[in-house]
Amino acid sequence: MKDILETKEFRELVSKKNRISILLTALELIMYFGYVLVLAFKKELLSQKITEGLTVGIPVGIAIIVLSWLLTGVYVFWANTYYDKVVEQIKNKVRR
Amino acid sequence: MPQTTLGQPNAVAIFFFFLFVAITLGITYWAARRTRTTAEFYAAGRSISGFQNGLAIAGDYMSAASFLGIAGLVALKGYDGLIYSIGFLVGWPIVMFLVAEQLRNLGKYTFADVVAYRLSQKPIRISASLGALSTVILYLIAQMVGSGSLIKLLFGLPYELAVVIVGAIMIVYVLFGGMLATTWVQITKAVLLLSGATLLALLALAQFGFSPTALFSSVAQKYGDKVLMPGGLVANPWDAVSLGLALMFGTAGLPHILMRFYTVPDAKEARKSVFYATGFIGYFYILTFVIGFGASAIVGRELISKIDKGGNMAAPLLAEAVGGTVFLGFITAVAFATILAVVAGLTLAGASTLSHDLYVNVVKGGQSSEEEEVKVAKIATLILGVIAIILGILFKGQNVAFMVGLAFAIAASANFPPLIMSIFWKNFTTAGAVASILTGTTLAVILIILSPTVWVDVLKNSAPIFPWKNPALISMPASFLVGIIISLLTKEENAERKYEEQKVRTYLGIGAE
Repeated sequence: MKDILETKEFRELVSKKNRISILLTALELIMYFGYVLVLAFKKELLSQKITEGLTVGIPVGIAIIVLSWLLTGVYVFWANTYYDKVVEQIKNKVRR
Repeated sequence: MPQTTLGQPNAVAIFFFFLFVAITLGITYWAARRTRTTAEFYAAGRSISGFQNGLAIAGDYMSAASFLGIAGLVALKGYDGLIYSIGFLVGWPIVMFLVAEQLRNLGKYTFADVVAYRLSQKPIRISASLGALSTVILYLIAQMVGSGSLIKLLFGLPYELAVVIVGAIMIVYVLFGGMLATTWVQITKAVLLLSGATLLALLALAQFGFSPTALFSSVAQKYGDKVLMPGGLVANPWDAVSLGLALMFGTAGLPHILMRFYTVPDAKEARKSVFYATGFIGYFYILTFVIGFGASAIVGRELISKIDKGGNMAAPLLAEAVGGTVFLGFITAVAFATILAVVAGLTLAGASTLSHDLYVNVVKGGQSSEEEEVKVAKIATLILGVIAIILGILFKGQNVAFMVGLAFAIAASANFPPLIMSIFWKNFTTAGAVASILTGTTLAVILIILSPTVWVDVLKNSAPIFPWKNPALISMPASFLVGIIISLLTKEENAERKYEEQKVRTYLGIGAE
């Protein structure tokens, strides 16, 4: 167990995963609280009319929902293609 | 003014309802034979796939409040309903990035497993149970009271009878079928709700040539351009931020949601399940927005608020207007199924806290046989189910709207901070965790009592002592801060040493249950 902790691969994996997690969390926070702050302090921005039956707030709101989902997709893609592979490599190394 | 048959016994609704109950009891019978060990009772034997769990999570999360409540909010208030939908969705990426895989790798059945992983069992289990049980019970009361009044409105059944029926069916699911039955009830309900809502939105849009903007502008012509703009919901800016915090981080601290990650075989499936769940839930919220506006345009606000002041009947009324009594019956039955599934998930989470955290790890000091633990979990299910029925009846006619808000506030302030700190912070200590949980719970409860929602709306005082409706902006940072300060003041060498081992398990899944 100790050996794993010392390896360069494991340390890199941990710091990479934490960096991705923090980056994506930060993006989500900025997006959502940016929206909440605009709502709270400058909601006229969202009240502007684009065309008949559509204000800026509607596509922006729906975009936040869709983008939040896409961010989870980005993470899954990264984890499935990169993270899982490295985890397997480290595990194989330990077994040997 | 258009008329409605809502509230009168509807043969189609009763047929669909019995069909749903028959199917889910069949599932329970099938599941009961596969539910013997603790891993089977609490975690469906970790046999659920990521996709199935994604649907089940969506089923757990899309409550009647979010289906009927948000559609009603949109119908009566317009754009503001969307603000709630967004708030309820944005917690999911946080669950994905910070919690889901870690939880799956470190824990066994409850989120307290993770917090207690390298800290002293007893103090952590006791305090974490406080946070978990208060969240679950508040949410449960809100659901039971909501279900009693909804079923009364939908079927014309007496309130008490409705609460007893919901409670009894839910107890049967959980008691005999454990997590396996609960999961499949959630999946069935999610599929029904998603398809019902899709059909409802499409039928509404069909009257506007499938153009959402045509629908929106028709509502704007009827009730003014203001319906498409953010309105009075965010009167106090800081309150809006506080509500946002509670919704976002509360999602990542709901025990019945967190528990679902133990039903999949590994961290990879846990991560997939969040992706699917977020997609389903997001899609569903976009639908409720269309449904709410559809109800405004086609049914009209007058009738909606005449039937129910809060607007909860907007979606069923729209169903009747666009699809007749048959479709009304279907949507009504779906709403009933929604309530049943959510309370089943909550009761199972509460029961696992009582049996796994409190009985096995506190009373029995971690020494208990499989049979004994399952037996205790079943007794706990029965007790919680009966408590839910009693509280549901006791709170009849009370304003329980604040309870969901309070549940999210406690989840964000008492469950989420210790969970995050135990996963990511080496120097976190037992004393720090206990202090963090107690601070979060007490602050959230006290501030809600002093807030406009309870102090003015429930206790009928003239002015609130605490100005915001939601306490999370104070109680959540306070919980983190107290947890950090107390941890720095108390050193726990054993916990620091174990952090290394925990890290290998967190990131590689080596040794995960």
